[in-house]
Amino acid sequence: MDLLLEKKTIEAHGEGYRAFIRKKRIFLLLLFFMTLGVFVVALAFGSSTVPFDRVIATLLGYGDAKEEIVVMNLRLPRATTAVVAGFGLGIVGCAMQGILRNPLASASTIGVSQGAAFGAAFAIIVLGGGLMSAGTSGVQLNLNNPILIMVCAFLGSMISTVFIVLLSKFKSMSAGTLILAGVALSSLFSAGTTLLEYFADDVRVAAVVYWTFGDLGSTFWKDILLISVVVLLASIYFGINRWNYNALQGGEDTAKGLGVNTRRILINSMVVCAITASVIVSHIGIINFVGLIAPHMVKRFVGSDYRYLLPASGLAGAVLLLLSDTVARLAVAPIVLPIGAITSVLGAPVFLWIIFKGRWNK
Amino acid sequence: MIHAKEITFAYHGMEPVLQNMSMEETKGHCVAFLGNNGAGKSTFLKCLNRILHPKSGTVCLEGRNISGMKQVEIAREMAYVEQHTTSSKLTVYDMVLLGRKPHMTIGPSAADYAIVDEAIARMHLEELKLRYVDELSGGELQKVALARALAQQPKVLLLDEPTASLDLRNQHEVMGIAAQIAKETDMLVIVVIHDLNLALKYCDRFLMFKEGRVFRYGDASVVTEETIKAVYGVDTTIVNVEENKFVVVK
Repeated sequence: MDLLLEKKTIEAHGEGYRAFIRKKRIFLLLLFFMTLGVFVVALAFGSSTVPFDRVIATLLGYGDAKEEIVVMNLRLPRATTAVVAGFGLGIVGCAMQGILRNPLASASTIGVSQGAAFGAAFAIIVLGGGLMSAGTSGVQLNLNNPILIMVCAFLGSMISTVFIVLLSKFKSMSAGTLILAGVALSSLFSAGTTLLEYFADDVRVAAVVYWTFGDLGSTFWKDILLISVVVLLASIYFGINRWNYNALQGGEDTAKGLGVNTRRILINSMVVCAITASVIVSHIGIINFVGLIAPHMVKRFVGSDYRYLLPASGLAGAVLLLLSDTVARLAVAPIVLPIGAITSVLGAPVFLWIIFKGRWNK
Repeated sequence: MIHAKEITFAYHGMEPVLQNMSMEETKGHCVAFLGNNGAGKSTFLKCLNRILHPKSGTVCLEGRNISGMKQVEIAREMAYVEQHTTSSKLTVYDMVLLGRKPHMTIGPSAADYAIVDEAIARMHLEELKLRYVDELSGGELQKVALARALAQQPKVLLLDEPTASLDLRNQHEVMGIAAQIAKETDMLVIVVIHDLNLALKYCDRFLMFKEGRVFRYGDASVVTEETIKAVYGVDTTIVNVEENKFVVVK
């Protein structure tokens, strides 16, 4: 009897808190269903509209020939790419902001994406890794040596990563200064890409320029599978370290005092971020701001507890990229606008809002 | 319990901050690290749990050299509270729960929640437990950090200027709890502190630093007008009121 009472007392501990975090779980669930909803919307709307019930029927294998082509062949790979790439960019941005303790950090603001873009451009132009061709959705880039492009993109992103990690070790380095360093790195890599384009032939220049616009329509299922595997592995790695990222919010010394090997976490996490960002960038080009905005969008609902912030940022990233792509396809249909431009239009005001709110001081 | 032997430390490319610092303490005491700014108090504190790695010397905890221990093993034995606790969008409960991190395998267990509740109750934070820490005052934040350290259930509690940004009431509350913990739980509490009167009221052991070396080390008798003059360069008078020593600056 006493033991039973004791067990009940222990279970009662943290009850108010558990009710509180139940709300965060419900928010995650809502966000998940929202992603599913936006996913179906992305499949339904385009140059020709497919009713929602027919989208579901087609997904379940009951569509007619036309619906099969529109939904399954044209829009499904594109929307799936948006989900996995958006989720990946969201968790990478979230992890980077935690590791570097910088709310302005993301793959595109600290130059990691631009480094990857330079590496990929080098692979396409100098090493002949990709060419333009006519595709199912108009002109598209064919990556005829995706492994080479990914390796070069990874090496490019690692240059930025190493530089940023070294800079972040200086304790007096403010969040703003780190971002300025990212701007300098981005400019450097953009200049490098411009020089490569200057000396390249028209076909390769077109390939790189088109690719740097950002495009979700050039991926095949094998590419989507590869991005998914990398994003899944990154999610597992970040998930395992969720308590370490929570501890790091108190500063490096506090985290060490809580048993975190801060040096190992910083280096390993940034390498995982660089690999994930470079795999995404090498397939769909530079997608600005998704990784930056997504964590800030959900922070007001789940706080900065990385147990919930990581999956919420991933889902928010997926929703953002899906919506951006839908806007890109519908705004001046049948022309598809560059998705990189759409995310920048959405992201730049949020970036400015973060700066004006002075959130980096928090 | 803890034995630091001939610790020498220098920041990269700089002159040594600590030179052959040694101390030995047993459980149940509240030890004050005293000295002027830059004397090496905080640095020595961080060497005790390997937040900083000394150039030479050893730290042994219950006879075990901590240089052979992983950071997480050290965190199970020693808790550390920084001078300024960084604010974030974590709730007070999340923050105190972090104290269980060194003991967790996958996530918090029912027992972890019980320990966290106890630490929150001890620091009288029940009303604040679901508030985000970036909404708290400096004093409340410091108490949350202390609750987190208590949730770690350490044998040694290291506090780096815990009263630096607190008002008078909170200074006494925090130091009172630190001294009480040392007495009641047989924990060793080591505090870097600038306020000599707070130190004399709540601590029973004193290590006076001068230029990175041990100047005086022992019970309250080492804190005298002469040693204060030698360490801080200030003339003082020590008065006794109801068996308590007070330092008055002349």
